[in-house]
Amino acid sequence: MTDVASVAEQPLLTISGLEVEFPVKGWRRPPFKALKGVSLDILPGETMGLVGESGSGKTTIGRAVLGLAPIAGGSISFDGRDTTRLSRADRRALSADIQVVFQDPYTSLNPAMTIGDILAEPLLTSGTARIAARDRIRELLDLVNLPSDAADRLPREFSGGQRQRVAIARALALRPRLVVCDEPVSALDLSTQARVLDLFIDIQEKTGVAYLFVSHDLSVVRHISHRVAVMYRGEIVETGDAAAVTGAPEHPYTQRLLMAAPVPHPKRQAVRRSERHALLASQRASDAARETVR
Amino acid sequence: MSEVVIPADAVVPVVASGRQKLYRRVLKNPMAVVSLVILALVVLSAVFAGQITGWDPGRADLNDALAPPFGEHLLGADASGRDVLARLFFGARVSLIGALIALATALAIGIPTGLIAGYFQGWFDSLSSWFASLLMAMPGLIVVLALISVIGPGMVGVMVTFGALLSPGVFRLTRSGVVSVRRELYIDAAKVSGLSDYRIISRHVLGVIRAPLVIQASMIAGIAIVLQAGLEFLGVGDSSTASWGQMLSEAFSNIYVAPTMILWPGLIIGLTVGSLAIFGAALRDTVQGAEPARKTRRRKPTNEEETSTRRLDLSTAATAAVISPRDGGQEDIEPSDALLVVRDLQVGYPQPDGSTTIVVDGVSLHVDRGEVLGLVGESGSGKSQTAFSILGLLPDTGAILGGTISFAARTIASADGAAHGAAALRGRQFGYIPQEPMSNLDPSFTLGFQLVEPMRHILGLSRPAAKTKALELLDRVGIADPRRTFDAYPHEVSGGMAQRVLIAGAVACDPELLIADEPTTALDVTVQAEVLDLLRGLQRERSMGMIMVTHNFGVVADICDRVAVMQAGRLVEQADALELFDDPHNPYTRMLLSSTLEDTEPRAARSTRPVSSRGTAR
Repeated sequence: MTDVASVAEQPLLTISGLEVEFPVKGWRRPPFKALKGVSLDILPGETMGLVGESGSGKTTIGRAVLGLAPIAGGSISFDGRDTTRLSRADRRALSADIQVVFQDPYTSLNPAMTIGDILAEPLLTSGTARIAARDRIRELLDLVNLPSDAADRLPREFSGGQRQRVAIARALALRPRLVVCDEPVSALDLSTQARVLDLFIDIQEKTGVAYLFVSHDLSVVRHISHRVAVMYRGEIVETGDAAAVTGAPEHPYTQRLLMAAPVPHPKRQAVRRSERHALLASQRASDAARETVR
Repeated sequence: MSEVVIPADAVVPVVASGRQKLYRRVLKNPMAVVSLVILALVVLSAVFAGQITGWDPGRADLNDALAPPFGEHLLGADASGRDVLARLFFGARVSLIGALIALATALAIGIPTGLIAGYFQGWFDSLSSWFASLLMAMPGLIVVLALISVIGPGMVGVMVTFGALLSPGVFRLTRSGVVSVRRELYIDAAKVSGLSDYRIISRHVLGVIRAPLVIQASMIAGIAIVLQAGLEFLGVGDSSTASWGQMLSEAFSNIYVAPTMILWPGLIIGLTVGSLAIFGAALRDTVQGAEPARKTRRRKPTNEEETSTRRLDLSTAATAAVISPRDGGQEDIEPSDALLVVRDLQVGYPQPDGSTTIVVDGVSLHVDRGEVLGLVGESGSGKSQTAFSILGLLPDTGAILGGTISFAARTIASADGAAHGAAALRGRQFGYIPQEPMSNLDPSFTLGFQLVEPMRHILGLSRPAAKTKALELLDRVGIADPRRTFDAYPHEVSGGMAQRVLIAGAVACDPELLIADEPTTALDVTVQAEVLDLLRGLQRERSMGMIMVTHNFGVVADICDRVAVMQAGRLVEQADALELFDDPHNPYTRMLLSSTLEDTEPRAARSTRPVSSRGTAR
């Protein structure tokens, strides 16, 4: 990467050469390499969108940052401090700074706990007094546009979008500086999705939190990200400003990805479709040409 | 976003449901209440046995031997002249304490080992599971009898042993409960929050297995009481204190002289054990009834949806003056040669409390030959329910309550349930493409077998002819190596490939109508584009009618000729695709279209970031 301009700012999170391997069942089978040397950095208050198809390793990056994936090589540092391998106690200290919002709002909230208990958990663990925690919970519910009486109710009384708001409130409870968002709107309905994305942006503008925003949907990533990294088979194939990567991509895979997303209008989609066919034909031709040169 | 619609999920309707404690719900179950009352009476009579009855259970008076009931002794006296009622009350102590010892032992061994094995897994899990299987294979009563011959008839030792023999049940239950929640995202979220393993287990894991454990415990207590009575009946217990089993044994030896005497201990054992079992069952019903219905397709509209319906009613009422024929789902132009006609369809699910949850309400639509109809809506809009009604695949608990569905001018379904033509049409005139390709393929058969079997059954083809046709179809749906795919099992192919195979299967018998339920939702975008190309090609080539159920307006724009928009069970708008996208009439349609992100501008670069940077790998 040719990052000349960002000398003014120190990156909040730096990932360099990250490798993650999952053991494969069976004796002496080679492990599965989910990430093959990934490098990425996120500035304070910035949204880094991470887009790719299923199995490309985008979720694994987020889990590695959270300490939930087996790291085989490379390093992750947060705010200048190496966090690649942390003890449980150090990880706990870091939990105030790095938080997570998961994809499925149905399994990410314990069905047996009230919203208040769910939000209080990180606060009480970090040593907040009970009364201060109650005030903070009211503040958090307000921040995510839920009424304060929501605290006494159970997750099953809420819709998917409301549950995701609770999950966002839980992530923000300790005023983190980075939130890993793992497909946080993929399970939501279209109209809910747009509102939750706007909430993410609104919160970022209010609190200056940085997001590592993982999604398979290029349009979602474009909507929320300042910069975008495109993943393909365990590697980052393209990074850059959101407008550039999602508007005029350079890598053949990103080009295919962009052209594959259907446009919600029949006429424009027909144009997009023929463009896509033309792109695929030209990519195939250039691949074939490369083969013959060899 | 349209200004007519307030963000529905930001407005939480005030509902007085609150958090209802489990025990309060249990107390609403009459079975649970009755069994609890009986258990409480048994326990109280055992505790206050001395105060309730004036008789000493051990005092023998030969004058009263075999005295009949309802005299001086309320339930009579036994062969030694001891009061039966007093012996029942005092005997309950032995039985209950014995059951308690067995239960405590089983829980004390089973829960901790189950928690550790399930949460941490690894070698301890393998070892303890192996040991649990070994214990379960042992015949309990025989082990206990063998033990008594070694250590003597002490109740504590016997019941501890029996409890240990029952502990694998608790272990397995705990372990499976833990294993099922340890992969849940809220456990990961707790880890990220920095909770220690101890707190995660005590707060998040233990709560999940609490109810099943109480159910299991009531069963164990019942079994322990029966076993203990059985041992005493066989005469291996302590003969100096009164117990139910001993009374049973004595009554049995006097059965010809005093036949009623066997009734009392039998009755109390039956009542106690039965109450324990019924309490367990009632608790299980309550717990299961409380589970969120997220995995079922049908569900009651949430409050949010109800408010949105109301909002819609208001807005349609406001625009009633300028209503156009395509609003409100009313369809006035219905060609007589339409392939499929759905008229005023109403689908509902009768609830246990007598009410009915309506999921599809007054939907009318039609599909012509060679036409693709998009059925669009958010979750809970009833679009899938409409599709399933057409296919005749509604779950048993649901029913068509009104309206008719006719295919090629023949009624195939109506409210009276008389015409069940859909079953005969499936696979012949109806092809179906599901949302989840993998869960619609049987993992234990090859893809080829699953393609060939329906063709042989429905088209009556021979095995080689069906195979040739299957290979042709696989080639047609764009599979590079049809022969290899034909012999592959579902787990050996990707999701996109599996969906192509299912499409091949759906068109195998040349259907006239293809119903696709979110066929590309589970696929990657690049694969989605290819599958849509394939569907469009097949549909044109065979001029099939097609219903495309989807929530994605991009998919609609790509493939549909006409679009029907559904909201909360109703059809709110129906129009030609181009017309709908250019000029949506209904506020809900407008809101949905404005929620699509495809057209939005990319977010501006951060102001603090001076110059953009850019790089491409490789």
